This record gives sequence, structure tokens and C-alpha cells, in this order.
Amino acid sequence: MAAVAHDAHGHHDDHGHHEESFVSKYIFSQDHKMISKQFLMTAVFMGVVAMLLSILFRIQLAWPGESSDFLSFFLGDQWAPGGVLSEDMYLGLVTIHGTIMVFFLLTGGLSGTFSNLLIPYQLGARDMASGFLNMLSYWFFFISSGLMFISLFIETGPAMAGWTIYPPLSALPQAISGSGLGMTLWLASMTIFIASSLIGSLNYIVTVLNLRTKGMSMTRMPLTIWAFFVTAILGVLSFPVLLSAALLLMMDRLAGTSFYLSDIIVQGEMLTNHGGSPILYQHLFWFLGHPEVYIVLLPALGLSSEVISTNARKPIFGYRAMIGSILAIGFLSFIVWAHHMFVTGMNPFLGSVFVFTTLLIAIPSAVKVFNYITTLWKGSIVFTPAMLFAIGLVSTFITGGVTGIILADAALDITTHDTYFVVAHFHVVMGLSAVFGMFAGVYHWFPKMYGKMMNKKLGYMHFWITIVGAYGVFFPMHFVGLAGAPRRYYDYSVYGDNDIDSYTQMMDLNVIITVFAIIAALGQLLFLFNFFYSIFRGPASPQNPWKSNTLEWTTPVEHIHGNWPGELPTVHRWPYDYSKPGAEEDFIPQTVPLAEGEEEH
Amino acid sequence: MVTKLIILLVIVLGVVAAAQLMRLYELSAKMRKEGEHDISRRDNRLNAGLMLAFMIVLFGGFIWLMVQYGWVGRGEAASVHGHELDWLLNLNFVIVIAVFFLCNFLLFFYAWKYVKKPGVPAYYFPHDNKLEMVWTVIPAIVLAVIIIFGLRSWNSVTDQAPDDAVVVELFSKQFDWTARYSGEDNKLGKFDYKLTEDAKNELALMTTESIQEAIDSMQMGLKGIDNLESQLNDRHIMLTPEDRDAKRKDLGNKEKLIRLLHQMKAKHDSKIDKQALDDFIVKDTLYLCKGQEYEFNFRSKDVIHSAYFPHFRAQMNTVPGQTTRFKFTPDKTTTEMRESRGVENFNYVLYCNKICGGSHYKMKMIIVVLEKDAYDAWAAVKMNGVKNADGTYATVPAIFDAIQHPEKYPTAAPAAPEDPSEGETEEAEGGEAVEPVEPEVAALEPENAE
Ligand code: HEM
Ligand SMILES: [Cu+2]
Ligand SMILES: [Cu+2]
Repeated sequence: MAAVAHDAHGHHDDHGHHEESFVSKYIFSQDHKMISKQFLMTAVFMGVVAMLLSILFRIQLAWPGESSDFLSFFLGDQWAPGGVLSEDMYLGLVTIHGTIMVFFLLTGGLSGTFSNLLIPYQLGARDMASGFLNMLSYWFFFISSGLMFISLFIETGPAMAGWTIYPPLSALPQAISGSGLGMTLWLASMTIFIASSLIGSLNYIVTVLNLRTKGMSMTRMPLTIWAFFVTAILGVLSFPVLLSAALLLMMDRLAGTSFYLSDIIVQGEMLTNHGGSPILYQHLFWFLGHPEVYIVLLPALGLSSEVISTNARKPIFGYRAMIGSILAIGFLSFIVWAHHMFVTGMNPFLGSVFVFTTLLIAIPSAVKVFNYITTLWKGSIVFTPAMLFAIGLVSTFITGGVTGIILADAALDITTHDTYFVVAHFHVVMGLSAVFGMFAGVYHWFPKMYGKMMNKKLGYMHFWITIVGAYGVFFPMHFVGLAGAPRRYYDYSVYGDNDIDSYTQMMDLNVIITVFAIIAALGQLLFLFNFFYSIFRGPASPQNPWKSNTLEWTTPVEHIHGNWPGELPTVHRWPYDYSKPGAEEDFIPQTVPLAEGEEEH
Repeated sequence: MVTKLIILLVIVLGVVAAAQLMRLYELSAKMRKEGEHDISRRDNRLNAGLMLAFMIVLFGGFIWLMVQYGWVGRGEAASVHGHELDWLLNLNFVIVIAVFFLCNFLLFFYAWKYVKKPGVPAYYFPHDNKLEMVWTVIPAIVLAVIIIFGLRSWNSVTDQAPDDAVVVELFSKQFDWTARYSGEDNKLGKFDYKLTEDAKNELALMTTESIQEAIDSMQMGLKGIDNLESQLNDRHIMLTPEDRDAKRKDLGNKEKLIRLLHQMKAKHDSKIDKQALDDFIVKDTLYLCKGQEYEFNFRSKDVIHSAYFPHFRAQMNTVPGQTTRFKFTPDKTTTEMRESRGVENFNYVLYCNKICGGSHYKMKMIIVVLEKDAYDAWAAVKMNGVKNADGTYATVPAIFDAIQHPEKYPTAAPAAPEDPSEGETEEAEGGEAVEPVEPEVAALEPENAE
């Protein structure tokens, strides 16, 4: 058997001997399935850290200046003297929270886990194009996660300039303590992270283009793969720009150059830098930064397309329109970046152009939403935990998307920019949607990853607590922003002296938000328990637990090198033949040839 | 330590207990022959019901928040363009909220309605070009409307200010604001950061005199080049290697800077001095005149800040190395706003809205909008000072010149050199520190006040 399997793929002929050493199997593995699990584990760890950080600073926001044992337990005397969070560390926590969530959980974690798992599986490939690069990509990710984590524990504190690390604040250690060693570690970590992401993305692109099995044309690929594919392209085109932004910043910090610095006096010290522009940094940063939100979002949308179609037992509505929207979103995401910079003093005409392009993105996004909803219409919906999260994703994508329309309107952004309205908007549309997509992915493909089933009852409880908690946190946050609250403020009591109405509104809501945040965070314990318990003791999974069409469910439950024991499967149809009239069952796997007289969709 | 141990113990016990419960659950599932991938009818119906229930809670929560707080938590606008922007915000919110309700309703409603029912297969419906066309075109039309209205406001708000707008500079640094009024000529004097002298010339204004002083202090001041050189060359002074390095670096920088200052001096045209000399500087409180259009110029000394005026619906970043601008016309005095809000101690505030360091959140400035008479009186005092009968000053003119040379203005009483009107406002209402609404111009020039 095994020998037949490998005839086509020369580089796989080491599968014959199955006694691999522990190190090559579990640590320096080159197998996409193991690497995917490694990404997931690292992401879960980083996600828990980032969530904990958010709880720490939320306590300060809800009860400013009150002593808390919880804070002193985690932060000690240096950063929470007397149990009250210090001003600098507040910003440090916010910064690392944002960085980890965006880059480590939802970029590295989400793409890393599911691109690795599903690209070879759903395309019918034995593995990634390059197993070695794939391994390298994970270990770079691991090292960068480690550096970012360690930066929380150093004497001068972690980076504190916000996840966007705008210079000059991030360039001048005199300006804030986190801009010393902490920022150096941040930059080092992100540089390695970018390397990891680039290696990974190139690998994904090559795999999708070259290793599709027989019959798997581009227009028969599941939407998951389309999403990962476009995501990888976005990453390859935009991350190098972030790298250049980071390198120039590094030079300004270490080599005395003036890319971003001009005419500065800080802490009484007159710097000689002249001629640089901090706005240049913002352009470079957001040239990555905006595609980045789609790098986070598209994989989540891809996963949920698959989950929704499978569990509605219906083909995804408008398959080609969905591909079209993914491509349109991908393209447009490169020409909207300056909507983050309407009030930097840039040319107002330029601003108008970016208003236009930004609002254009709403169209493909709306198409996606309508298509999801139509997929549910007249379906036969099975509520697996994954399905719940996928529906949650569509809801948060709607709710967060519509507030984006307000922020994209430059005239309205004048007063909402950098307020909590923005924080609420991006958490809902990017944070929650992507996290829900990721949970949907984990619940749906857990059987494929670990050969075990997760507990569905705990999954239900996890979902309902999470969505209530999540909306409970971020819905009121819009109103905090509409009361005028700027973001990255340590204490909103400053409003109390002069504007009691706004102040009352902010403080009331801040307490509600923090309470929901704590509930949501505790809810995640259910997930963690379910996840780890099921890895070790969960009931065994059947081969195709969700009665799904895609190729990964034709592989054996037990992981083997090369994925399929015999020949690679041949694909005869698109992946969404659910409830096709005339068929016996309500699903027809992609490997089933078209019946006599049957039309492809 | 003990508490930490106890916490650890509780966590471990909790996990063990949960694991036991799971075993029990699994045993019973096995007896029912139900796997984790079999979603029973009960599970489906339960979750479908919860979908509907959740939708109601979500909508209910939203409506409650709207009723309680509305989308204008900042209160009514206090500037001319602010009313226009609020109108635009309302328009956008109406559209957006309708979409929010509609889409979320369809989503949760269908999720509830089309839950799996035995014997009812799903409807095979892969695509429909007409439908897809419709929902591409409709959003496009709605967005076109939003774009047109949005850009119309954007263009008028960001347009050049007319010539009769009063030019005021807002200068930001960690962690406060300083305002510079352009004075009689309505022109802000030139500046260069190299001229900054903390006590004397904080805003680095450029005059023949200030250039000379900057050169002198860089050359001969306490931390000037001469001193640094002698310290570095004096064998009797013990310096740690770090100290020595720091001083060398400092010296190198200063030598570079002083060369530039000499060039500046050579190029400087003393005719423009008076543009700077009639400017006057105000801290803590920014006084504005109702109905007057202002052209604000923004500067930063150190990092990026953002001048955020929530009540005037205005915001602009301040960027080191460049000047940014924004214009607006206040149209409600502080007193009027207090009355219409029914809040006695309400004040307009200028906040910082770009992360700028640990005390970012404290960086603010009170803004007071006055009627024209009161404002003019205040400005006149600022510009010219008030003289006593004997020719001494009761209040020195707070012009740039005065900051450098207070001795030119003999005062009867020991007046604070910086900003005398500040002191007096303190007494205005019950000695509260921040109560600047009626600067006591009345006491100074009674004929100007109501
Ligand atoms: C437990 C759930 C979460 C809570 C309670 C929470 C809360 C917050 C709060 C209050 C801020 C500070 C905003 C500010 O002052 O500017 C913040 C910042 C941020 N959060 Fe979250 N968040 C959560 C989850 C997430 C997730 C899932 C993401 C993923 C996208 C995320 C990404 C960010 C980012 C990018 C920032 C900006 C950091 C910065 O300003 O530098 N958060 N979060
Ligand atoms: Cu963007
Ligand atoms: Cu600031």
C-alpha cells in the first residue's frame, strides 16, 4: 500500500519506515498536520496571555485608581504599586494585548493553523510544497512569540506606544520607558514574525498553484482555500512594507538616522534630527495595516463558508460571487490605507480619494453577508458548535461592518477618530469575527486534527457565553466612544471636572463592559478545558463526522505521512453538492463522479 | 505565598472535578449511543430557540443603549460646522442602524426558522444572478449617497480659511498645551525649534534677539559648548566613562546646532521681528470669541499629539517637524452651553487624542468661549497690558517681548510675569482652580464689560 502511495511524489519516499524519532515527529516536524497543531498550541497560549492582559487593564478602566489584589498578583509592586496599575504599564498592556491579538493569535495562529491543515488536505496533496520551509515558518513564529512574551517581563517594561508604534514616541526612549529595550524586543520579534509569515505565505501560494490533485481546478476549490490563497498573496505583498517601516525605525533608534524624526526636543534634550517625517511611517505601517485586517478576516470568512454550507446542508450561495468578493476585497484592501490617517494633516483631496475606495469595499463585503444569509434560507440547519460560531461570525461581521461606514466617511472620522468608537468597531468586525471564525474552525476540524471529538455541550455553553460576553463588551463601547472618550486613556476621571454628562456615560458603561469582559474571559475556560481534555480523552472521531464533501474527510482518522494511504483522490465536482435533488444522501463528496446525466452545479 | 498556593490548589481541584463530570457525561452518552457528532433534535431545537432569544436580547440591549445614551453623548455641537457634521452623522446612523437590524434579523430568524426538521430536505439553491445583481447594486447606490454627502462636508470643513479668520497656534508637548495668538497683525511670527529656551522662549519664536540669545546660551550657557569643552578637557574632573560619552555626544550635537544657528542669524531679516513680537501666549485656558472663525495651526515639540475638541467636532494631529491646520467657528459661549445643558460647571475642553506617553490622558486645556465684548476686552489686556495712573503696569502685556524682558515693564504690584489674567480668574467664582468662564476683564476695564 504505502509504496503505491508515494510513486508520484519522490520526496516522500522516506515514509516507508514509520519509526520516527520523537524530535522529528513532534518538534522539528515537517508534516503539515503536526505543524498546524504546533501553530494552534502556540496561538492558544498567546491568546490566553493577551486576554489576561485585557482583563488587567479593563479593571483599571472600570474602577480607576482602586486597589486590586488581582492586579498586584500579576504585576507585582513595580507595575502595580499598592495594587493600582501604573500609567506606563497600562499602555504597555494595551500595546502587547493588541499586538498579540492581531499578529500572533489572528495572523500567525489563524492562518498558520488552518492554511497548514487544510491546504494540502482540501487540495488532495501529500504535504506542503516545502516541508522544510514550513517547519522554518513555525519555528520563526515560535521564536517571535517567545520574544514578545519575554518583553513583558523586562525592567523598563514592554513596548508602550500602541500596537501601531507610531514614532517619534516609539523612537525615543526618553519619551516613555517602554520605548527602550521593550521596543527593541518588539521590533526584533516582529521582524522574525514577518519572516515567518513570508515563508509560510510563499509556501501556501506555491502549494495552491502546483499541488492540486487531478480534477481540482481553481473553480472547484473550496472557499477556504480561496481565502487562504488570497490571504497569502496579501501577506506577501504587504508584510515586506511593514518590515521596511520597522527597519527604518530601528535605524532611527540605533543608527541616528532621521527617517521619521525632525525638529524634536524631548525631556529638555534638543535632537539634531531634521527633515524626517513621522507621517511617512504611518503610510508604511498602514500599507500593511489595512491589508492586515483582511489577512485576519479572510481566513475566518473562508472557514465559516465551509462550516455554514456543510451544516446548512446547502451549497454556499453564489460560489463565484464569493470568489469574486474575496478577490475584490483583496485588491481594494491595498488602496484604502490612508483612511487611518484622515486627521494627520494630509491633503484633503487625497482624503477624498480614500473615502471613495474605502466605501467601495463595503460592496463585496455586503455581497458576502447576503450570500451567507441566503445560504441559511431554506436550509436544514444542524447546530454543531462550529455552526454556532460561524453564524456568530456573520452577525459580528454585519454589526462591525456597518460602523465602518461611519468611520470611512472622513468628515465623520474627524470626531470619531481614535475614540472608543473605533476600538468598538475594529473589535467587532475584526476581533470578534476572526475569533469566532477561528473557534468555528477549531470545533469543526478538531476531529481531523486530533482524531477525537470535542464535547458538544461544552461547546454550546462556550458559544453562548462568548457571544453574550462579546457583544456585552463591545456594544456599549460604541457609546463610550460616542460620548467622546479618546482611546488609550488610563483614566476617564479627567472628564469629570468639566463635562459631567459625558463622564457619567463613560464611567457607567465602563463598569458594564468590564463585567462582561470578565464573564467572557471565564467562558473561555470552558473551551480550554474541553480542548485539552478532548485531545487526551475525547471519544474517537468517525472518519467524516459532519458528513462533509471536501477531501480532508476522505483521509483516515489516524494521521499518516502523505495523507492518503493509496493513490491521491480524484476530484469530479465542486465541494458544495449538499442536498442535491436526485441524490440519495444529502451530501456528495468531491470524489464521487458525476452520475449519468447529472449536471455540475 | 500561601494565598498563591491555595489558589493553585483550588484550580487543580477544579480541573479534576470537571474531568470527573466529563467522564460521567460520556458514560451516559455512550449508554444513549449518541456521539459528539450526532446533533440530536433536542440540541438543534434548543440552539435554534436560543438564536431567536439572543436576537431579541441583542436588539433589546441596543434599543436600551440608544434610549439611555443616544448617539450624541458628546452633547450638542458648539461650532458652525459641527451642526452640519451632526446632521451627517444622523443620516449615516439611520442608514446603518436599518442595515444592522435588517441583516441581523434575517440571519437569526433564518437560523431559527430553518433548523433541521425530519423529512424536510434543504432547498438546493446554488446561485441566482438576478438576486446577486440586486444586492450588489442597492448597496452601491446607498454608498453613493453616503459618499456624496460625506465629501461635501469634508471639503467644506477642510477648505482653506478666509482671510479674516483669526490665526491661533496650538503648541503641544508632553503633557500640556500652549496657545499663541497672532496679535494685532493676525500673523504668527516665525519659529525654529533650535531657538527653544525653556523659561524665556518656549515656543522658539524667531527674532533677531532670540537668535542671538540662543547662540549665546548654547555657546556660553551653563550647559553650553564652552563649559562642556572645559569639563571634558579638565584633568581634575573625574568623569565616569558613560558621563564622558554623554558629554561628548552632547557637545557634538551642540556644535552642529550652533552652526545652524549662525546660518540662521546671517539669513535673518529683522523686519519680520514684529510679526513675532506682537504675538501673545496663553497657557491653561484658550479664550475664543463666539461667531469668530479661527484658523488653528498646530505644532508639536516632541511626539505626535492630537488636538481633539469633542464639543466643536474638530480634531487634528500635531506632528513634530511640520505644521498642521484646522479651522472652525465656535457658535455658543460657555455660558450659553452651561445653560442649555443645565450643568453649572461645564467647560469646553481640548484633549490630547494621540498616545503620547504615560500622562497622555491628563493632557488637556480648558476652552472658554466669550461674547465679542468680553473677548475683545480680554484680548486688549493681553496685548497691551493695563497701566496704573503712575505709568507702572497693573498687568504687564503678555507679549513675547515681555516674556523675555519683564524689566521693561515696571509693575507696581509684584505681578506674575507669565500670565496675570490667570491669577484673577481664580478668584472669579468661589476660588475654584478651573473656573475661567468670566475672566475679570470687568475689573480691569469696566467700560468694556456688560
Ligand atoms: C476579552 C476580549 C477583549 C477585550 C475586553 C478587549 C479590550 C480592549 C481594550 C479596552 C482596548 C484598549 C483600547 C484603547 O485604549 O485604545 C483594546 C485594544 C486593542 N485590542 Fe482588544 N479586547 C479584547 C479582545 C481583542 C481581540 C480578540 C482582538 C483581535 C483583533 C483585539 C485587538 C485589539 C487591538 C488591536 C487593540 C489596540 C491596541 C492599541 O491601542 O495599541 N482585542 N482591547
Ligand atoms: Cu484600514
Ligand atoms: Cu499628548
